[in-house]
This record gives sequence, structure tokens and C-alpha cells, in this order.
Amino acid sequence: MFRSLIPLLASPGATLAGFQPFPPHIFSPASTPAEQIYHLSIMVLIVCAVIFAVVGGLLTYSVIKFRRRSNDDRREPAQVYGSTQIELAWTVIPLLIVVVLFLTTARVIHGIQDAPEPAGAINVTVIGHQYWWEFRYPQYGVVTANELWVPVSDSNQPTPTFMTLLSADVGHSFWVPELAGKTHLIPNQVNHMWIDPQRTGVFLGQCNLYCGVQHAHMLLRVDVATRADFDRWIREQQMPAVEDPAVAAGRQVFETTACVNCHTIRGTIANGRFGPDLTHFMSRETIGAGVLPNTPENLRLWVQDPEAVKPGCLMPSMNMTPQQLTELVSYLESLR
Amino acid sequence: MVSQSLPHAGEFGREGARGVLWLERAHEWVVTVDHKKIGLMYIAYSLVFLAVGGVEAMLMRIQLAVPDAHFVSPEVFNELFTMHGTTMIFFVVMPLLFGFANYLVPLMIGARDMAFPRLNAFSFWMTAFGGLLLYFSFIGGSGLYGAGSAPDVGWWAYAPLTAKAFSRGHSTDYWTLALLVSGVGSIGTAVNLVTTVLSARCRGMTLGKMPLLAWLNLVMGGMVLGAISPLTAAQVMLCVDRYLGGHFFDTQAGGSAVIWMHFFWVFGHPEVYILVIPAFAFASEIIPVFSRKAIFGYPVMVAATVGIAFVSFSVWAHHMFSVGMPSYGNAFFVFSSMLVGVPTGIKIFNWLGTMWGGKIIFSTPMLFCIAFLFQFLIGGLTGIMLAAAPFDWQLNDSYFVVAHFHYIIVGAILFTIFAAFYYWYPKFTGRMMSETLGKWHFWLFVIGFHLTFDFMHIPGILGMPRRVYTYMPDRGWGELNMIVTIGAFVQTVAVLIFVVNLIRSYFVGQIAGNDPWDAWTLEWATTSPPPPYNFAELPTVRSRRPLWDIKHPEDPDWKYE
Repeated sequence: MFRSLIPLLASPGATLAGFQPFPPHIFSPASTPAEQIYHLSIMVLIVCAVIFAVVGGLLTYSVIKFRRRSNDDRREPAQVYGSTQIELAWTVIPLLIVVVLFLTTARVIHGIQDAPEPAGAINVTVIGHQYWWEFRYPQYGVVTANELWVPVSDSNQPTPTFMTLLSADVGHSFWVPELAGKTHLIPNQVNHMWIDPQRTGVFLGQCNLYCGVQHAHMLLRVDVATRADFDRWIREQQMPAVEDPAVAAGRQVFETTACVNCHTIRGTIANGRFGPDLTHFMSRETIGAGVLPNTPENLRLWVQDPEAVKPGCLMPSMNMTPQQLTELVSYLESLR
Repeated sequence: MVSQSLPHAGEFGREGARGVLWLERAHEWVVTVDHKKIGLMYIAYSLVFLAVGGVEAMLMRIQLAVPDAHFVSPEVFNELFTMHGTTMIFFVVMPLLFGFANYLVPLMIGARDMAFPRLNAFSFWMTAFGGLLLYFSFIGGSGLYGAGSAPDVGWWAYAPLTAKAFSRGHSTDYWTLALLVSGVGSIGTAVNLVTTVLSARCRGMTLGKMPLLAWLNLVMGGMVLGAISPLTAAQVMLCVDRYLGGHFFDTQAGGSAVIWMHFFWVFGHPEVYILVIPAFAFASEIIPVFSRKAIFGYPVMVAATVGIAFVSFSVWAHHMFSVGMPSYGNAFFVFSSMLVGVPTGIKIFNWLGTMWGGKIIFSTPMLFCIAFLFQFLIGGLTGIMLAAAPFDWQLNDSYFVVAHFHYIIVGAILFTIFAAFYYWYPKFTGRMMSETLGKWHFWLFVIGFHLTFDFMHIPGILGMPRRVYTYMPDRGWGELNMIVTIGAFVQTVAVLIFVVNLIRSYFVGQIAGNDPWDAWTLEWATTSPPPPYNFAELPTVRSRRPLWDIKHPEDPDWKYE
């Protein structure tokens, strides 16, 4: 019965992240904020589990022990109106539990929110857009989109990434569960968060504050790389766009269609800011903030009609001829 | 008499027509100011919207059952979750609770009606109109010039998504205006409840002797007065932004998105206590009767409720832990949110104390109350978890939160509402509901509820945000969502059994008599259903359980209270 719900298009996510032995979750922290939250949540869970066991146990016991039996004489039981001692006991004990939980929690809040920025920190400005992420590295002059590259951090020589969160339109939220709790991106407000990933790998997340029609497809990838790989990535991103004469026709299509109004390709006349920077587009694994894997076929589908792939996204179809499309896609494929 | 203003039957009807025309009967209901009829209209209205909101939920659950589905478009899905939330809170649960309060409070305090009967009718019709206005947005959608489609901004309508720039057309305005209109109705009912309880109690019934249901509805009424006002203010400001050139929430012109959140949640958090406190009221009346014991710790129950009401106005920003408040701001709201759990827990302990040493009868109302106790305990504990802000930084706005609040709204509130139906239906109609169908309803609903909402916590832990119309197959959320959807189907069947029971029992249910449950509060001292004037002679009471005193003259409550 649900076959009809499965689309004919190849399921886009299947080849995205590669094989994941177990889906990512909040109890597999890979970064200090997530780890501190993890320890706090285990403690809170244990306290709650004990409360549940005690109170639930008493409820279960009373429902069984004090049920009216079939041979009951129908006399009313002793009417007990209350007990001051019991009321005091079950007021004071919960209050003490609250105090302990509160103090533990306050400590973790302070540890995460008020953490000072060390000297070696990477700075990233994250700007939320309807339905994609802009990442700017002010220390390096790098601008990219949707896939955040950061170096792995060592406790001996910490290189955390401190992020400034802004929004170009409505509210968004940055959530990669294995790295940190979420922080919102609110227009007209500057927020901050930090991560210090302790192991390399790809960490998935997505926008977590309803931001409009395609909120569900504003996905996040954080690529945590070794320092060497990160530095290499930075150098590659800093270079202007590859100029391959073989795809000059495609570049011509790009520069004469409205693409240049929204997109930037450094080294060309295109310096639009509304859409993602495409200078090193092929260094990304996905298209459209995670909605399709970055393959030539998918790129052609996307450019031909973004609305068909991600209905409600703000990129229009330019109604190109198949010839223009082929040339354009070849050009985009050259932007390594 | 109302019917004398209409032409006689026979002038419009057939010559010699017998009985009252349906038109006269309908007219009687439309112009009534009788709290009992108004209560029943609230309840009937809510049941219709329960079906509508349920359909909206089922459409969403079908869409989410498998990854990357195309059952509904993203536009439609976003309208569905907005309408589902808005409908269930404002046009199902609130009217249901107002309906029961309307019917029961005057009866239970020995009064003839509410303090302001015409305000009562006006409040109902305002609420009803609000719901129709909200749903007109669907009809006005495609084709009617100037009308939008259903709102799709979420039931919190966060700024600046609601600004003209991001919400074109009039869909957001339907949300705003419908709630403004029904808000007037809510305030009217609150004024009525508070005044009635404070001034219309029968002789001998001091505040310390009135049933807990009256106390809790008094507190709820007070909270409505405090909570609806900030929502109304925010909605007026939103209209000013959208139409009169204001910039309160217009971030592109220097306005603040966060201030909308503060206004909304200052309303929104007390609102959920407004929803749950009358649910506590039902439990506090039903559990003692089916345990055959007085409520344990009446004064503490009152104090705890008042405490909850006050503290609940200080916790709102736990909905905003991720917004970027400074650490000490977040810490304050952690403390207040955990603190409100203390009086709430005390109430659970007192219900436990009521059952302890009693003789528990597992009739359908009590079954629903027992399930309520367990489920409210769990939902309250996940609330304490979420009150720990760092934990909330992970789980806020994920399916964990959706599971938590449905645990309370369905698992606690709807369960006690079902209990109230089975308990007071005999009083409203004079007939008992079927115990057999009731037990089928109960067990199927428990199974469906737990299938859906227990498993729903897990996708949240795995990173699934709320308000997504679909999700990627590689995140591992598919199987869990399928189980959640199956549970929703089971719940639908259970609710259909309930509806059949409601309708069928009206015609063939066992005749109830005045006091089918051997209960102790004043509503059981009059006929089922009560006459329009409620009591032939207004009663005088000496204790919290006047009928216990009458039935047990050798051992009356007033000797021991």
C-alpha cells in the first residue's frame, strides 16, 4: 500500500553519506559541548528513571493491592483526609532533587555558553538563508555553502571552531547532534556557538527551526578533517575559479543568463549574493543543501528545473534549451 | 418563554403537525443562555473539530510513514501541521474544557446558572465563529480574490516568517483574526467562571468546602485572564506590522523576532497549564469516587494548583533556550521550570494517596484515570529532562518534544477528558454509556497511544526535527516513523468506537438515574439530566461531600474535615 508513496526517482539519500553503521544520535558525542550535554543528560535520565520506578511502582502496587475484590462486602473503606508529615516529606524531597539538578545544569550551561575563545580557534560566520547555509571564513577569505569544513581539535592544542550565527531572512537553527546542541540563527541578532570535534568524519544535521516551505531540505554536512587536509581545503577554496577553455561555451551561458544575479564565481563577473557561492562547487558532495547527490545527472535535473526537485526553493528555472543546459552543466562540473 | 416568539407549529408545518418543529428546537439552542445547553454546544463543537484535527494528523502521519514520500506537497503539509496544532488547542481542548466547566461548575456549587448567562452565550458564539473563520482560510484558498489559503506558519507563527515579505496573501491573517475572535470568547468564559465560583456558591459552601473541580476551574479562569492578553497584544502588533506599516517584529527594519517569541510563550506556557488544570479537576473528582475514598490532602491540592498557576507564568523562556539568551537567563528558566514540577508531582502523590487503602473499581472512567496517572508521570519527567537547558539544546524542536507534549495533551489531558465523558454522560443525558464499548475504546487507545508516542521519542534522539514534510532515507528514521503511523491508525479506530458509543448510548443506554456512581458532589443530587433550574431548592452544605453526609449520617465528613 505504501509503494505508491515511494518516488520513481532514485532515492537521493542512499548514496549521500556513505555507509553509516548506526544513525547519528545525541548520545554519540564527538565534540565537547555535545559531550558535556551527554553527561548531564545521563545524570538527568537516571534521576528521572529512579523517580519513575518509585512512583510508578507505588502506583502499580496500589492499583493491584487496593482493587475491590469480587467478594467485597461493599462497606466504604476508612476515609483518610490527609497527612501533614507525608505532605511535607513529598514536598521537601522533590525540592532537594530540583536544587541538585538545577546546580548541575547551571554548571554545564556556564561551561558551554561562557567558554572563552582560545587563540587557535577557527572562525566561521554562518548565515542562514531560505533553504541553504552560507559559510564565511573571515580569517581566510573563504566563502562556501552547505558543507562546513573544520579541523579536528586536539585537547593538547585545541583548534575549536567558533561560529557567529546570522540570518538573511527568517529564523533558522543549526543542529548537528553529534557536535553540539542547537543554536538559532535569528535575523537582526548575532548568536554564537562553538564546536571542537575530537574525531574526523562527516557529521550530519539539518535546519531545526521551521523556516518555510523547504525547511525539511536545508541539510547540513560538517566535514571534520585533519589539520593538514583542512589547510589544503582552505588553500583550494581561496583560489579563484578554474578557467578551463574547453567549457568556455558553458561559462558564456552562465554569464549571460540571470545566474550571475544570484551566484558568485570568483574570477568571473558573477558576484551575486542571493544564492550560494559556486566558485568551488564541485568540492561539495550535494546539491541544493543536501537534496541531491552532486552527480552530473542530478546537476542537470537541478539546473533545468529546481522547483521540480525542491518545490518552493527560491531558484527559478531559466528555461534553457538542452544545448545550453549541456554546456552549462559541463562548465559547472569544471568548478573544482 | 422563548418558543412563543415563533409562529405556532402548523403555520409553517403541515396542518396538524405533532410536536415541536425542528426549527423551534434549533432556535431554542441558538438563543439559549442555559449553562447546560451552552456546555453541550461547546462539547459538540469540539468533537467535530477533534475529527477534523484528527484527519489532519492522519494525513501528516501517512506522509511521514516512509522517507521521501510524496503523499502531500510541502505546502499542504505545512498547512496541515499549522492547522492541526491551532485546531486542537483552541478549537478542541479549550472548548471541551470550557464546555465541561460550564455544565458542571454551577451544578457542583449549588447554583442555578453561571453569574453572567448572556456573556456565557456570547463567549460560546465568539469561540465558534473563530473556528469557522480559521477554516474559511481553506475554502478561500484557491480562487477567491484577496483570500489566502490556510495558514502555514506553525501554530506559534514565529516572526519574521509571518511578515508580509515571507507570508504572502492572507493566510496568516486568518490565523491572527480567528484567534483574536476566539480569545474574546475565552476571556468571557474566564470572567464568568471566576465570578460564578467566587459569588454563586450555595449556603454553607465556603471556598474550603467547594469541590476541587470548582477550585481548579477558578484557577484556570484566572490564568486565562493573565495569559490571553499577551497573545492578543502580540497579534494586534502583528496586524499593525502587516497592514499599518509597523515594525515590531519586522527584522528587516530593525524589529525583533525574539520579542514575538517572548510574547507568544508568555501566553503559550500558561496556556498548556490552562489545558491541564481542568484535566486535573476531572481526575480529582473521578479517582476518589472509584477508590471509594475522599481526595487525599484537599488543602494541599488547592495550594499546589495555585502554586502551579503562579510559577507557570515564570517558565516561558524554556521554549527559547536556543535563542541566544545569556547563560544566567537560561539558568533562571531552568530553575523555574524544574520548580513547577514540584507542586505537579505533589498532585500525583495525592492521587496515589487517594487510591491507597481504597477499594478501586475498574469502570471505564477509572481506567482512563489510571492510565492518566502513569502517562502524566512519564510526560512530566520528560518535561523535567527538557527543563535541563543543555539537554533541551539537543532535543528542542525535535520529535522528542513533539512526543513529550503529546504525552501530556493526549496521554494526560485527552485521557481525563474521556474519563469525564464516561463519568458525566449519564448526568448529561440520563443514560449510561456502554462499558463494553468503553473498555474496547480504552485498551485500543492505550495500545495506539503508546505505539505512537513512546516510539516518537526516538527519532528526536536520532536528530529528526519537527515540522519537516519529509526526511532522508539514510538518517535511520523510517522504521520508527512507520510504527508511529501505525499507532495513529489504532488510535483512530479507538476514537471511532468512542463516537459510536456516544451516539448509540443516547438511544439504547441503560437509564442512569440521579446517581449511578454512588458519588458525593451536588450534581448527583438532581435528576439526570437536570431540569433547567438545576435544583428544586438550592442546597445547604456542611462539608466537601454533601451526598456522603446524607448517605452516611453516622459518619459525616464535617466531623472530620
